[in-house]
Order: sequence, then structure tokens, then C-alpha cells
Amino acid sequence: MKSLAELAAIREKMQNKVVIREGMGTTRVVVGMATCGIAAGARTVLSAFVEGVNANGLTDKVAVTQTGCIGICQYEPVVEIFEEGKEKVTYVKLDAAKAAEIVEKHLKGGKVVEEYTIGAYKN
Amino acid sequence: MKELSLNILDITKNSVSAGASHIDVFLDETPDGILKLTIRDNGCGMSEETLRGVTDPFYTTRKTRKVGMGLPLLKMAAEQTGGRLHIVSSDKEGESGTTLEAIFDTRSIDFAPVGDIVSTVCILIAGSPEIDFDFHDISPRGTVSLKTAELREVLGDISLDEPEVQDWIKGYLEEQYGALNN
Repeated sequence: MKSLAELAAIREKMQNKVVIREGMGTTRVVVGMATCGIAAGARTVLSAFVEGVNANGLTDKVAVTQTGCIGICQYEPVVEIFEEGKEKVTYVKLDAAKAAEIVEKHLKGGKVVEEYTIGAYKN
Repeated sequence: MKELSLNILDITKNSVSAGASHIDVFLDETPDGILKLTIRDNGCGMSEETLRGVTDPFYTTRKTRKVGMGLPLLKMAAEQTGGRLHIVSSDKEGESGTTLEAIFDTRSIDFAPVGDIVSTVCILIAGSPEIDFDFHDISPRGTVSLKTAELREVLGDISLDEPEVQDWIKGYLEEQYGALNN
């Protein structure tokens, strides 16, 4: 069974890491989690990003966060990726599989997955 | 919404927006299949006028659109099983807060399954690691519970949104659900 002792061990381990993490240029993955996003499947998309970032060992440079309605409900689930020194990338109509692909190609490989961006949908 | 746990994720975010420092999310099911969802917060609360309007789809706090479907959807989900939604709120300083109760008949053909409540709880905690969440799910099958204040005591200044901690929380809840008598 999971125990609080395990949690204490995590704390020990984390305390050494926190110092290193601060001040690093981080990438933010922002998932729209208002009613519109949630109804369209944003919860599984968020989980897929969190799992993908963990599995690829990207937790030190990528933060997965939540926000409210981004304002383009018809394109939900919507995810915005902010990288230091780069233009924001807006991905639309995502699902868990597309999220995993974005982790692999964009967050890990540094290459935007054009076909899932809002530009590709509008054209 | 395909799962009740999605409504719960959506509605509990209202308590977060209300500036709550403590939020209860309780599921209580009786042996005859009546499920009560309680979401209680100590946030800023609502005026009587606001409270009257909240289940109207054309009332919303969002700035990006003029419709708000969160509470109307939850109300519909409850009422279509023969249940109901009841909200009490106070915006008086010092005693402000909101308590929402939704009753569902789980035997109704129109009852949407609770679904992935573990994801919902994890995402709520990750989204607002500074808030004290009390969660329980009590039914004839057993009890699942989590109090983030207790975790915080062990964690000290390590945030609840750290990936390792999130992983632990997920596993902790999944283990409790796995141990229920289904």
C-alpha cells in the first residue's frame, strides 16, 4: 500500500532538486479547462501531457498547467505552448494520442506539429 | 458531459475561482443507489441575485463568452435521473462560502457514470496545490478518502503539483478504489 512514509521519501528527494529547478527557462503547456474544454475531452489531453512529460524526463523544463476558457470553444480541446524566445503555438481539437505525439515531436524534438495547430484548421 | 466526474471537475473550479482556501468534494451513495454529490467551499460566495441566476445558461462569469453551461449541465444531469440540484451561498464577510448538493438516482437509465474520478481529483489538486481539498467517496462498496492538508504536513514546502507527488496521489487513490468490494 502507498504510505505517507513514501511521501516523506519523495520530500527528501525533492528538496535537493528544487534549487536547481528555479531560474531555468521553462516551457509552459497550458490546457484550457473550462466547461467547453472539459466537455470536449480536455481532461484526458491534460493527463496525456502530464504522463508524456514525466515519461520522457522533461519535468525539469516543461510545466503543464491549466487555464480557463481560451475563447475559441469550437476548437476545444485547445492547448497553448509557450517557449521562451519563441512565438506561442496553439494546438486545437486535441486528443490523448495527438497530445502524446506533440510531447514526442514538439516538446522533446523541438519541432512544431503543424497539422494540429490552429493555422492548419483555419486554412 | 459523458461522466459525472467531468461535471465535478468543471464545477469545483468555480470554488477555486471564488478564492476558496478549503474545498470539500464528497460523494455519498446509499445502499439503494441514491448518490449525493457535495461541493462545499469557503470562497467569496454569491449574492442572492447571483445565486438566482447561476443555473441560467445565459449567466456566466467568463469574459470570453456570454454563456456559461457548467451549472446548467450539472442540474440537467441530476434532474434527468429524477434528482435535483440545490445551492446555498453566503457572501457575508467572515462567513462566506457556497455549498452545492446534487442528488442522483444511479439506477436511472439517464445516470451518467461517475467515470474517472481519480483523474478529476488529481487535476484539481495539481491546478490549485495551495488549496486544502477534502475528498471522499463513501458507498456500500467501501470508503475512499484523501485530505491534502495531511499530505502537506508530510511534504512541508514541497508543492502538491510536483510530478512525483502527483504520481503518489494517483496511486494512493487507485489503490483505495482497487480495494473496494465491487
